[in-house]
Amino acid sequence: MTGDHWYDDAAGPVVRPYTMTRGRTRGPGEDRLDLIALVVAEDFLTDHPDDVHAAADRTLSPEHLDIAGLVRHAPQSVAELATGLDLPVGVVRVLVGDLIDGGYVRVSRPVPPAELPDEGILREVIEGLRAL
Amino acid sequence: MVFGRTDRRKQNAVTPLALKLLVAGGFGVGKTTLVGAISEIKPLRTEELLTEASRPVDDTSGVEAKRTTTVAMDFGRITLRDDLVLYLFGTPGQNRFWFLWDELAQGALGAVVLADTRRLEDCFAAVDYFERRGIAFTLAVNCFDGAERHPEEAVRDALDLDPGVPVVMCDARERESVKEVLVSVVEHALAGGASRSPATV
Ligand SMILES: Nc1nc2c(ncn2[C@@H]2O[C@H](COP(=O)(O)OP(=O)(O)O)[C@@H](O)[C@H]2O)c(=O)[nH]1
Ligand SMILES: [Mg+2]
Repeated sequence: MTGDHWYDDAAGPVVRPYTMTRGRTRGPGEDRLDLIALVVAEDFLTDHPDDVHAAADRTLSPEHLDIAGLVRHAPQSVAELATGLDLPVGVVRVLVGDLIDGGYVRVSRPVPPAELPDEGILREVIEGLRAL
Repeated sequence: MVFGRTDRRKQNAVTPLALKLLVAGGFGVGKTTLVGAISEIKPLRTEELLTEASRPVDDTSGVEAKRTTTVAMDFGRITLRDDLVLYLFGTPGQNRFWFLWDELAQGALGAVVLADTRRLEDCFAAVDYFERRGIAFTLAVNCFDGAERHPEEAVRDALDLDPGVPVVMCDARERESVKEVLVSVVEHALAGGASRSPATV
């Protein structure tokens, strides 16, 4: 694995993407935030569908509100939030952590990462793929 | 769990089950093409602290306590049902990002290792990685135009694959072909094709 062709354009420049998170790299509950952990709106958000901004406390940044706005419509994985808002994953983790603390969202992670889902689910995945 | 007021939780009534598959293989083997053939594809930016082990050799500054580098991965979502979503992650090809694979591999249903018969050696590392961690994978040979058609057995021998590992010929540009590859991975996982023992690094 040492050939030059192995090196691709996947590596970006060295950056410091944590300005938005005020330098924080670890958010509360970060250990639960898998890339495919689903971020789900809490009642507080769904009960204020039209004006999260007014309802939310003023410490929330525009990026917090963007995340809140997205998950109000449907649960979103951490990875989807990152691509949808064009934010690095680490930043999303920190911001989602804030929203969890504030009671705006929770995280749903039904299958423990160390386990395979049961056979029934795997069969449903196969059926679903075939039906695409 | 939130108690009470559940009647008002309209749009969140169904929280889908999220599963993931990994797509690995050397540079230029067709990972991005494969993910794009079956799902809406977006680049996912993740950023990693550069540890000594992962710091590029040409980086001699070494003064910043906290330096991160962004790594882009292919990321696709396949909605199988309202309550079942499959995410695809194209693993970053560079050696120095192996440590990133560990997070991706956590809880993965299985993996596709894409191979090009003209440079089979490019997928050795990925095969090795999934074998050692007991993660079910299918070896998919991307049949580039002009590439010699290696019979399945020749590929299997060259890679010294376990007899149970599926080897399939595919065209990463074709949705139907990619579907078959993914089905093969999940069938392999279902057949207990890999022992799900804790990762031994
Ligand atoms: N002929 C042919 N070309 C392919 C196939 N899969 C990918 N390619 C081409 O090979 C090149 C590299 O593919 P890409 O998906 O970017 O590889 P990656 O580096 O693994 O993501 C692109 O120009 C693709 O169009 C295939 O099955 N057949
Ligand atoms: Mg690519």
